[in-house]
Amino acid sequence: MTQTCLTFRDLTLGYGSHPAIHHLDGTIRKGSLTAVVGANGSGKSTLMKGIVGVLKPMAGEVIRASGLRAAYLPQQSELDRSFPARVVDLVSLGLWPRRGLLGRYTKEDRDDVSKALMAVGLGGFEKRPIDTLSGGQLQRTLFARVLLQDADLILLDEPFNAVDAKTVGDLIALIKRWHGEERTIMVVVHDLDLVRQNFPETLLLARQPIAWGETRETLKPENLLRARRFHEAWEENAPWCEPEGHDHAHDHGHGHAHDHSHDHHHGAGPRAA
Amino acid sequence: MDMLYGLFIAPFADFGFMQRALVGSLMLSLGACPVGVFLMLRRMSLSGDAMAHAILPGAAAGFLLYGLEILPMTIGGLIAGIIVALGAGAVSRFTIQREDASMAAFYLISLAIGVLMVSIRGSSVDLMHVLFGTVLALNNEALTLIGGIVAVTLVSLAIFWRALVAECLDPLFLRSVSRLGSPVHFIFLGLVVLNLVGGFQALGTLLSVGLMMLPAAAARFWTVRVEPMCVLAVLIGFASCIAGLLLSYHASLPSGPSIILSAGVVYFASILFGTRGILRARVIHHRHRTA
Repeated sequence: MTQTCLTFRDLTLGYGSHPAIHHLDGTIRKGSLTAVVGANGSGKSTLMKGIVGVLKPMAGEVIRASGLRAAYLPQQSELDRSFPARVVDLVSLGLWPRRGLLGRYTKEDRDDVSKALMAVGLGGFEKRPIDTLSGGQLQRTLFARVLLQDADLILLDEPFNAVDAKTVGDLIALIKRWHGEERTIMVVVHDLDLVRQNFPETLLLARQPIAWGETRETLKPENLLRARRFHEAWEENAPWCEPEGHDHAHDHGHGHAHDHSHDHHHGAGPRAA
Repeated sequence: MDMLYGLFIAPFADFGFMQRALVGSLMLSLGACPVGVFLMLRRMSLSGDAMAHAILPGAAAGFLLYGLEILPMTIGGLIAGIIVALGAGAVSRFTIQREDASMAAFYLISLAIGVLMVSIRGSSVDLMHVLFGTVLALNNEALTLIGGIVAVTLVSLAIFWRALVAECLDPLFLRSVSRLGSPVHFIFLGLVVLNLVGGFQALGTLLSVGLMMLPAAAARFWTVRVEPMCVLAVLIGFASCIAGLLLSYHASLPSGPSIILSAGVVYFASILFGTRGILRARVIHHRHRTA
């Protein structure tokens, strides 16, 4: 039995009383590389926030392996680009897990910062003010920060937005390097071809998991069709979800789209190894 | 030479009250200016103003109970400021309302209570004193208080510097690696209140925020890094205090407004001539490089 990194137990995450992730069960294996795909509003980013702990679950829980260090690259960063900081200042934030609040940055730390910048193709950018970076350069800077965090679990939320094709290639190479280092990685991606080529496992979400497992299985046309029929809008007067009723889609009635697609995954997690 | 001595040195050399005013205001700059830099960078410049108003009812309560005494008024101001800072901060952290709106609501309520309390007992002269302070009447008690506040401010800034920068630069990141985000925010608000209270004896509740914000706002036009910005803000604060006190002495003007207006002059000069100011950006066209 391989080690688990994350366990979702009946996890419901959402905003107000409306779930964005509904009764998710399953596990993320240590060292796995998982793409998270789904339509807008299907709960991908919400799941990321739930894992990193920025959003508290409405029900259920996320169990993280003990001592797990997570790095999180959000889709909508709250980064203040007008703040007077240089690239090196921004990337050095990634030293936090190592140095904390008061630890001094050593020469070695500064070298690591330079190496991280080099790895994302931004060698020599140390002294640039962050408000002079292009969107793609900023994204790579944030990748360098993730690199520096040296985390066991890496969560990337749409990291390829506004990034040119060459850089996507560089970043994918970086992700594969992390994968080779036995880190656990979850990436929210929209480009299904990219997923098919580079990600061994995929979680297809439409508020509930439509399919979860080996990428080729998960991205089968019938699964994609089922995910596409997912009803994005909340219904204000959707009935309350009863504690016992969540095994059967027709019991909680807030989405017409999901039929029995998900119930054979409950408690099972990804079937493919 | 004698004239220079008479203009710049003699006022401080000859009069004890001027020396105390100088020491008090320089100490205030040392603590308040870096706090002002972060207040500005967090886009909370007007929150400082709001906090300054919020201090009033506490100071007024101290005044009602003990008369024109520094310690009760200071402690009262501190309590009122912390209640408003925590209240407004909590509303913005835990509800959908943004800090600007919650801060406005809290300080307006607080200000109304303060004016009400002062008017119940005091004459308008007392109100003027609370609102505008007087740096020339700083006694040893007040200087000790200011010294303590500056020490607490500088030590706190040194300890929480990294977290404060992270909280300003990328709050979501800080939340993902540490639980310090919210505590640091409240510690920072505490420092704002502390420095405003320290300043209100010297400059009054309304103007104490001036020494915090104007040097910071001026320093923004000169540098693109936080550390030099804080140092520069402190230096501008020093210069404004010295210039303001001399102006006040020679022209018989009230000292508080003189200090703040001196800082205002530096601010306008910085807008025009700063390395990131108007002239450099608009008027002088630079040659550009090939890459």
